[in-house]
Amino acid sequence: MESTQEAPAGVAERNRPRTAERALGFVQQAWRPVALLALLFVAWWVITATGLVQPYLVASPGDTFATIAEKSDYFWEHTLVTLWETVAGFLLASLVGVVTAVIMVYSTTIERTLYPLLLFAQVIPKIAVAPLFVVWLGFGVEPKILVALLMAFFPVVISMVTGLKSIDPEMLQLSATMGAGPVKTFYKIRLPASLPHLFSGLKIGATLAVTGAVVGEFVGSNEGLGYVIQQANGNFDTPTLFAGLVIMSVLGILLFALVEVLEYFVLPWHASRRIDAATTSL
Amino acid sequence: MPASSPTQAPAQMDTSVEIEDVAVRFRTKKKDVTALHDVSLSVASGEFVAIVGPSGCGKSTLLKLVSGLLKPSRGRIRLLGDDVNGPRRDIGYVFQRAALLEWRSARRNILLQAEMRGMPSAAARDRADELIAMTGLTGFEDAYPHELSGGMQQRVALCRALLHRPPVLLMDEPFGALDALTREQMNIELRRIWRETGTTVLLVTHSIPEAVYLADRVVVMSARPGTIDELIPVELPVDRDYGRTMADPEFARATGRIRDLLGAATSAD
Ligand SMILES: Nc1ncnc2c1ncn2[C@@H]1O[C@H](COP(=O)(O)OP(=O)(O)OP(=O)(O)O)[C@@H](O)[C@H]1O
Ligand SMILES: [Mg+2]
Repeated sequence: MESTQEAPAGVAERNRPRTAERALGFVQQAWRPVALLALLFVAWWVITATGLVQPYLVASPGDTFATIAEKSDYFWEHTLVTLWETVAGFLLASLVGVVTAVIMVYSTTIERTLYPLLLFAQVIPKIAVAPLFVVWLGFGVEPKILVALLMAFFPVVISMVTGLKSIDPEMLQLSATMGAGPVKTFYKIRLPASLPHLFSGLKIGATLAVTGAVVGEFVGSNEGLGYVIQQANGNFDTPTLFAGLVIMSVLGILLFALVEVLEYFVLPWHASRRIDAATTSL
Repeated sequence: MPASSPTQAPAQMDTSVEIEDVAVRFRTKKKDVTALHDVSLSVASGEFVAIVGPSGCGKSTLLKLVSGLLKPSRGRIRLLGDDVNGPRRDIGYVFQRAALLEWRSARRNILLQAEMRGMPSAAARDRADELIAMTGLTGFEDAYPHELSGGMQQRVALCRALLHRPPVLLMDEPFGALDALTREQMNIELRRIWRETGTTVLLVTHSIPEAVYLADRVVVMSARPGTIDELIPVELPVDRDYGRTMADPEFARATGRIRDLLGAATSAD
């Protein structure tokens, strides 16, 4: 009987690893990519400092960050524009993507009808249709949001459809014996079960949305990071161009990380989150 | 209300489950499989029937038919007086695999039953606590399925199936993942629950002693095509002390007979 009384404590402990333990785990996992990043940085610095390549081809890290500091207002203003386009495009893509996936999973007819169209929308190069959006929607943020949406949409739909279909049929049968209607079955069983898949799609979508927004800006705009990069390119202003690239990457990484954090809180139960103190790493 | 004489012809009592001349064929891309053929069975209200048979003889299929999760290719099924055409909610079902939701704790997995049915939550929580204590899950209410052993997961599934006090309980190898000792305890527990509730039970099992200890009648099936070989009445007293039952000559007779039938069924292959 003693063992059953000790058990709850053990269970609780495994559920909530102590903060320090968690932080340590994070450091253990994070040092490799950080080290790699530092290495790339050093390489970048060596290439430019030794004069191996001309400064107008590759700006040095020093020049790049000096430019960012110097023209911080300028960069901030344009980053906000791109951020807004990206986030709006991504959120719309998530919403439309999830709804489309749900409809497709519940109606085979609609799925068969939509699939070729989806594929068509995916394979057509966005950079080729972006000018058309500018013609239709003007020089404002709308065409950029549309391109970001189109880029992020596909991975969201595909992952959500996969997630909703991966449900164990026996779970649905169980739900039927409980007399649950399709709505209850959906939000208590099917939706939660599909979330791990959805999140992998969202993460891909978030990074693609940044690309989409910038592609939209390349085609026709007078604001945003895409515009900054294009202007810099035209003026042979390599430090500004590199600054734009750096900010763009940071933006993408931040959005990706944001979705990861959200996933961490929404899916504490998922296999990828389990910390089993007793098992050795496999 | 378990009948005093379990061998009594079920027709004289009111029937809870009636399976009439049923056949099931699965059509897959590669071939047609006749899972069940020429199966008839009637189970009296409050009766405990165990189903044994070689793997693949259609035991799970039979339970799915009774619950309305599967339509027969031929024949008719009645449950509690009504024809079964579609999933029935007046049953409790324990699936062969535990089928727990991995994002819910043990208790919340059990309470899923109540949420889906819209049962009053206070009463459901009390009932869940009662079942948790009864099945020895105390201390693991807040554990997630991946933190439970296979046997504990099956017990959670059992609690979930009993939560709404169903008039008919369908169990598909519920104790397959348990160790021998826990299995014995669960058998005693299930027998007690059945006697207290008067629920009609259909239990699929691979354990002959389990079938004989628990049931009023044992259905012995054979494979290809799945059909009922024989119905073995178990003439043991209603009050079944575990140790004494094992030593009962009737127990030896019934298990021996079933073993012969199953042996014959497999050697005929
Ligand atoms: N959905 C299905 N599609 C095709 N064939 C099926 C399906 N379900 C079951 N079968 C076939 O029907 C037969 C009976 O299956 P069933 O699951 O009822 O067997 P069982 O008696 O429960 O076996 P076990 O003891 O191994 O659980 C098997 O031959 C199986 O291959
Ligand atoms: Mg089975």
